[in-house]
Amino acid sequence: MSEMISVEDVWKSFDRGRIEVLKGVNLSIARGEVLALCGTSGCGKSTLLHVIGGLEPPDRGVVRIDGGAPSGEAERLELLRRGVGFVFQLHHLVAGLTLEENCLVPAVATGLSRSAARARVRELAEATGIAGRLDRRVRELSGGERQRGSLVRALLNDPPILLADEPTGALDETNRERVFELLLDLARSQGKTLIIATHDLDLARRCDRVVRMRDGKVVEDGV
Amino acid sequence: MSDLFFSNVPVSLADDLEKQASVKDAQPVLFAIVAAPERPVITCFGIRASDGRLQKATWVKGSITAFRDDGDAIVLGERAAEFLKAEPGQKLELGQQSYPVAGIVRTENGFEDGGVFMPLRCAQKAFHKEGVASIVSVAMNPGHETGEVKEWMKANHPKFSALENEEFSKSYSQFKILKTTAWVVGGCAFLLGGLSVTNTMILSVFSRIRELAIVRVSGFSKGQVARMIFGESLVVSFIGMIAGLVLSAAGLRLLKLVPQLQGYIDPSLGLTEILGALLLAVVTALLGALYPAWYAVRLKPADALRYE
Repeated sequence: MSEMISVEDVWKSFDRGRIEVLKGVNLSIARGEVLALCGTSGCGKSTLLHVIGGLEPPDRGVVRIDGGAPSGEAERLELLRRGVGFVFQLHHLVAGLTLEENCLVPAVATGLSRSAARARVRELAEATGIAGRLDRRVRELSGGERQRGSLVRALLNDPPILLADEPTGALDETNRERVFELLLDLARSQGKTLIIATHDLDLARRCDRVVRMRDGKVVEDGV
Repeated sequence: MSDLFFSNVPVSLADDLEKQASVKDAQPVLFAIVAAPERPVITCFGIRASDGRLQKATWVKGSITAFRDDGDAIVLGERAAEFLKAEPGQKLELGQQSYPVAGIVRTENGFEDGGVFMPLRCAQKAFHKEGVASIVSVAMNPGHETGEVKEWMKANHPKFSALENEEFSKSYSQFKILKTTAWVVGGCAFLLGGLSVTNTMILSVFSRIRELAIVRVSGFSKGQVARMIFGESLVVSFIGMIAGLVLSAAGLRLLKLVPQLQGYIDPSLGLTEILGALLLAVVTALLGALYPAWYAVRLKPADALRYE
């Protein structure tokens, strides 16, 4: 399989260099690979996802996406629009909107036509089992439905990469299992490269590959 | 001229002015404030019977023949008659004396419509201003310029000012005070409006930091986020403007019902005022949204989403 993501000696610190979070991370991820990023809280999993997804620029090192290294504002914006989809621990749906309107937000950014965007939402909602809930406000949805809605939102612009930061961390056991299975199924069926940051080793073992981080470094990279 | 009510112009000046070829008519007018029972402030106009005000007015009741220079019969503006509940033939107590009401007139001027017209001599006596008036209003003969009167006044009566209507409005101190007050109050309202919009938008932005972060994560550019904030601010201001216009219209209607103000306020909300309010609302919205938009644009989505 060809390489989709290449992380080369990436360093990242905060608070003017006082807090070093990533300390020379190297990682290569193949196209369509499903990778679990494990480690305790504060080990740098989320920051690595943010750097890969273009939310944070690295202090040093390079992140290559499909061979290119987005560095400027415009390139990072394009990466966020069409290159990656983010799923977070909390759904972050806008409370005043319906589920469908929430899912359509990325289409506004890219200028995708409303009819095309609605068709895409409908298709993804069918796949995630929330098609019948699209007209509901966020407060009317269960935790699992909200998280599935955020998954539809992340996939709307059909990005080749899906970055999930503790996507099941705020769910009960039943929903955790369903959402995780859904993530894996969607990624595999649609050929997405998926990175899941999790500290749940049971879930991590169901991925193609498990990478363990500690103190800002990759300490174990096993298939 | 510092104040109409303290101005003293000899009536003889009107007679001198009338002798000028350029002048068609010169009428002395004495302004005074007088009190009636339950109405402490009524404007009184001491005029001659030949004054154009009464000649051109619409006579609602009575006739101009009853208003004589050597008499004491008074004429009421229509609104004044309404709030004083006076009719021709009755006697009306004004200040220390009673005057017979000769008629009721409707004039174009709301100020005059809420006032009392009194024969000049009678007014001079009542207000201890024998031989003087507050102003002399001059009408020009066709083909003559106001500058001629101004020049004549400058040469013969340098102590007095000759002003055209517009100049008078601009120079009259009370009008100046009113205008300045209106600007100050308007400025304060503008500032308050701007601060309210800023406050609303700051609260809106701060309470939706994660939502804004998500739209950035979804690929919104900084420009798109800024446009979103400015758009919301415009909507807030527009709603405020509509509410303000409705309240203003209601307030003006209420003012019209206050008896003490009748004749002094002409409640109307024209297109100019509405367009002015719209323009102010847009400016307020844009200025008020500057900081919230700047904050939202600088927001780092990763920071906003890091701490749950």
